[in-house]
This record gives sequence, structure tokens and C-alpha cells, in this order.
Amino acid sequence: MRALSVVEGQAVSLPEADVDTDIIYPARFLLITAKKGLGAYAFADRRTDPEFPIHTDNTRPILIAGPNFGCGSSREQAPWALDDLSFRVLIAESFGEIFYGNCFRNGILPIRLGAAIVAELRGEAVRDAVIRVDLTAQTVATPSGLFTFEIAEDRREALLNGWNDTRRILALHGDDIARFEQGQRRSAAWLWTKEDMDT
Amino acid sequence: MARTLYDKLWDAHVVAEAGDKALLYIDRHLLHEVSTPQSFEALREDDLRVRRPVTQLAVADHSVPTHDRDAPIEDDQAAAQVALLERNCAAFGIEYLPLAGDDQGIVHVIGPEQGFTLPGITLVCGDSHTSTHGAFGALAFGIGASECSTVMATQTLWQSRARTMRVSFTGRLPRGVSAKDMALAFIAAVGASGATGYAVEYAGEAVRALSMEGRMTLCNMTIEAGARTGIVAPDETTFAYLRDRPRAPAGDDWSAALAYWRTLSSDADATFDREIAIAVERIAPHVTFGTSPDQVLPVGATLPAGEQLSKAMRYMGVERGAPIVGLAIDHAFIGSCTNGRLDDLRAAAAIAQHGQVAPGVRAMVVPGSMRVKAAAEAEGLDQIFLRAGFEWREPGCSLCVAMNDDRLPPGARCASTSNRNFEGRQGVGARTHLMSPAMVAAAALAGRIVDVRDVVT
Ligand code: SF4
Repeated sequence: MRALSVVEGQAVSLPEADVDTDIIYPARFLLITAKKGLGAYAFADRRTDPEFPIHTDNTRPILIAGPNFGCGSSREQAPWALDDLSFRVLIAESFGEIFYGNCFRNGILPIRLGAAIVAELRGEAVRDAVIRVDLTAQTVATPSGLFTFEIAEDRREALLNGWNDTRRILALHGDDIARFEQGQRRSAAWLWTKEDMDT
Repeated sequence: MARTLYDKLWDAHVVAEAGDKALLYIDRHLLHEVSTPQSFEALREDDLRVRRPVTQLAVADHSVPTHDRDAPIEDDQAAAQVALLERNCAAFGIEYLPLAGDDQGIVHVIGPEQGFTLPGITLVCGDSHTSTHGAFGALAFGIGASECSTVMATQTLWQSRARTMRVSFTGRLPRGVSAKDMALAFIAAVGASGATGYAVEYAGEAVRALSMEGRMTLCNMTIEAGARTGIVAPDETTFAYLRDRPRAPAGDDWSAALAYWRTLSSDADATFDREIAIAVERIAPHVTFGTSPDQVLPVGATLPAGEQLSKAMRYMGVERGAPIVGLAIDHAFIGSCTNGRLDDLRAAAAIAQHGQVAPGVRAMVVPGSMRVKAAAEAEGLDQIFLRAGFEWREPGCSLCVAMNDDRLPPGARCASTSNRNFEGRQGVGARTHLMSPAMVAAAALAGRIVDVRDVVT
């Protein structure tokens, strides 16, 4: 996974609340089985509106979104498409829970901040100000202010290092998993019947 | 210390801990064609195998056509996606329930009916409505495609513990009101993100009185309040449903499992981070009017009059302050993992037998699985629907997500038993009103939204 530590650039503001993953990536494009190049389909049904702020040629790395951004479907095409549109940092009051986790697994940093700060950042986005996000320091800096954000330590570490979750679990916890399985074979044998018959 | 059911399920699956997170063991994984192509690709990139193929079960549901199932899939992309799932499963040793077989269906319908879903287990699927399986007292939640590959390779996932919320439904459900209305009333009470970060346990006599189908409807919709998981403690209703299911434990295994399952309830003195009580006697049939499931009202209400929801209401083509009853519909859809099970079809058929689909309305019934379809046909439900002018289709997600050729035209208004009224969910520009199966059937006959309680006698 791509590592992330500092992201600096202009931001796009999308103030609407409850922007679900169906809006971010409409279902009919889920028939595509690729992971790359999905930005072309992002917000497809919104881009017909000339006022819609996110364009397919977007180069701004930061998105200031509305509350509950990314709610709904678990489709990982939503963060893949945002990634393809060059977004590296998403800032909102809150995020859909599955979407929030999916972002980290794709090198995108979702930041939760209070409503007043999000409103201020939105103003900076509209003024085309450069915003600097520093994951090590856990700060968002604008020309006029400096804000700190909270993030789970393990998520921060994984993103800073670009760790691959699967490989890391196997490397660090292979023995723990084997031990758990031995225990469950005894305590809940009915979950293992099929394997025990096979072997 | 007193523990909630969620705590018990969690504690039984901790492989390792770090801070406030745990590496949880995942007992079962359901796969479908849409969320897994990239997961298998990730396994290939990292040269990984599937750790326990027998704990995985795959089926195609989202993009499959609901007609002419004997013919090849017409849409090239959909055909390729389904074929890819079949190939990937074969390559990694995972069982795939074939499209033409007797067991195909929506992933959240087939898990339970196969006895693949069991109390006390952890179950995941690359699909947000995986919360459905919590109806059995399982810890079940939706994950993304990357996590699917992690589960296949490691049988684990890092998770942070959720806060706990108990939603107690007291009293007896009135006539004409169903589990769908309980779910919508709960979402109305907390909002579309009101349960974010929580694991919801549904309790109370009205939940105990629900069939497994009703409990699944309730847990299915939990995600629409923001929570990843909803749970109901297993009881005799659960055990009776599971007994003799194809993949459920049998013989001595059944007895051993049952003894354990009986321990799966929240301790009497367990405390929850949040408690909500809803008296079901006061719940009316609910109808959504906007583009988020919490934009929902009792059917007798009038639409909000303020400016606030104007964007959603403009999309929906409804007027501020107007009554919900009387809104003319173009389509009616009965199906999905929320309401595509036998009980749901019975409730809809009980209304459908009283009339004919109104002129100009297209109404379709899409059973949740081949087994549901066969059971419904054995009872003659298909004949009731067909006589009343409904289409009787093959199983799949269909108009719940409009990824196949079941798609509504722009502006079409649909009474739907599905779970999401999002913009464009049933087709670009289409307008979705979520409601119960009986309400949808009643709307189909009337050609407009009506209160089903005025129709049933
Ligand atoms: S029926 Fe709808 S909600 Fe259920 S799995 Fe299919 S698309 Fe998802």
C-alpha cells in the first residue's frame, strides 16, 4: 500500500450531507472488475450538473466533504475512484464506517474534525488556499490556522509505513491464529466438522 | 462482570489484542461476484492461498438477470463478472452455488437458508447488509474488497470494539405493521448516522415474537442507521429455523452447538452505552419520502413543509406539506435481502389476492432465492401474484441495486421493499419509496401509496 505522511495542496468543497457510496460510485459501474481508472465513473450522475464541484480532471488532493460522507454500500470502488481522482485526504465531520476503514486500506487519509473547523476549511477551499496535512504531527494547517486531529495509532502507523494488512497479520500473528484454531476445534467442534471429515 | 451478547461474541473470537483493537477470528465468509474480483487479484499479487476454503461460500446475485435463466447472460460485463467469480472459486477451492442450481439466491438469503449462518459465529461479506445474519445471534458485518482478501488469507480481521446500543421493542405489533416498519421507525428515531460506531442489539417481546424472516429484516436495515452490525439473541425460533438445514450441525454436533447457543444472550445486569425503547403499538406502516432511509414518516403523515429537505424532495418530485397517501406510483418491487423471503412473499400475496395491479403500474416479485421461489410456488403464491398481474421472476438483487437489466427510467416512482432510497439506486433519476411488502402490494393494486390497514379486512 502507498504510504502517506504529508499532503499539501488545494482542496475541493462538497458540503452536502449523507453523500453515500452510490453517489460516489453508481452501482451500474460495479460491473467493471478493474481497480484502476475508476475516477471516470465517480459521481457520474452528479457531474451532469455544471455546478458540481468535482471534475474528472481533478488535481486537488484534499476533499472537504459533508457529514456522514461515504455512508451506505461497502463498495471499495468508492475510495478507488476517489484515489483515481487524485484525492489523498478527506475531511468531514463524520464518515460512513465501512468507507472510513476502506480509505486507510488504499492509502487515503480520512480526517474527522468538528463542524466549526470543517466550515473554516471549507472557506479556505473556496478561496483556493493551500492546505497542508501532516499525519506525523496530526495537524491540518491553513494560511490562517492550525488544527490538530485524532486518529487511531495503529491506523496512523500503518498509513505512515504503507503496510499491507494481510502480510502483516500473517507475519506477526501466524502462531496466534494457529493457537486459536486449535482451541476452537475443541470448544466448537461443529464449526470444523467438514475439515475433520476431509482430513 | 456482566457482559452483553456483543461482548460474548467478541470475546470468543479474540486472536490477539493491541490497544483497544483486537484481531478477530472470522468463522464464515460469504462471497458474491461484485465485491470479490479485486480481492482474488490481491491474493494473486501477494501469492497467497485461501486458508480455510470450506469456511467460504460464493454465489452470484447482484448482476444476474431475473429472467431467462437457462440462456447465457446477455450483458457482456455481467456475464464476464459471474464467470470470473466461478473461475476464481475453482482456482482457490471455494464452493460456488451455480446460477442454474437449486440453491442460488441473494447472498444474505442463502447464508441462513443453507445453515451456513449460525449463532455464535463471526461472519463477514463484502456487502454492507451482512448485518442481516446478526438475526441468528452471530457477529456479522460488511467489509470492503481488501478486507475480503485479508479474511481469505488469514481468517482474521483487526477490529475496534463498538459501543453497544440496545433497542427494545415493547408490546405487540398491530395488524398491518411489520418488521420493516419497526426497522424504519428505529431509523427515524436515531437518523441515518445515529448508530454509527455502535453494535445494536434488538430485544423486547416484539422482537421475540418475530419470525426469523422478520428478525433478518430488522438486522438487515441496521446499516441504514449507520451501525455495522445488529444482533438478536438466539432462541427456540432460531433453533427451529436452523434444525436440518443443509450446512447446519447435525447429530452430536447439533446437541453440542445447541448447548452453547443457549448461553448466547446479554446478562440480565449487563449495561449498554445507549438504550432506546420503542412501543410497537404506536408504530404505523412507514414510507420513505426522500433519498436517505431516515427521511421516513408514518403513512398517514404529511411531508415536511420546511426548506431543509428541499433537495431530496425535489429529486423525489414530491411537494412540501403534501400527504404521502395518494402519491401515484409507476412501479412496485417486492424482493431484496430485506424482504425477499417466504414470509414477505406471503404478506404481499395476502394483499395481492384481493385485486389487480392498477393500469399503468408495472409490479414485479423477485424471490430472494431459488429455495424461496420453490417454497412459494409450492404454496401457490406465484399463481396469486400472476393472477393479480405481478411478474414472477428469478432470484437476484434486481431492482434493489439495478445492476442487471431491471432498471427504472428517470422520474419513475417505485414502491419498493428494498433497503435504500438513495438517488439513482433503482436507475438514474428513479424515485424510490421504501415500505413493507404488504404496503407495496397494496400500492401496486391502488396505483398509489395507500395505508394497507385500510385495505385489509
Ligand atoms: S438485495 Fe440489495 S441490499 Fe441486498 S445484497 Fe442485493 S443489492 Fe445488496
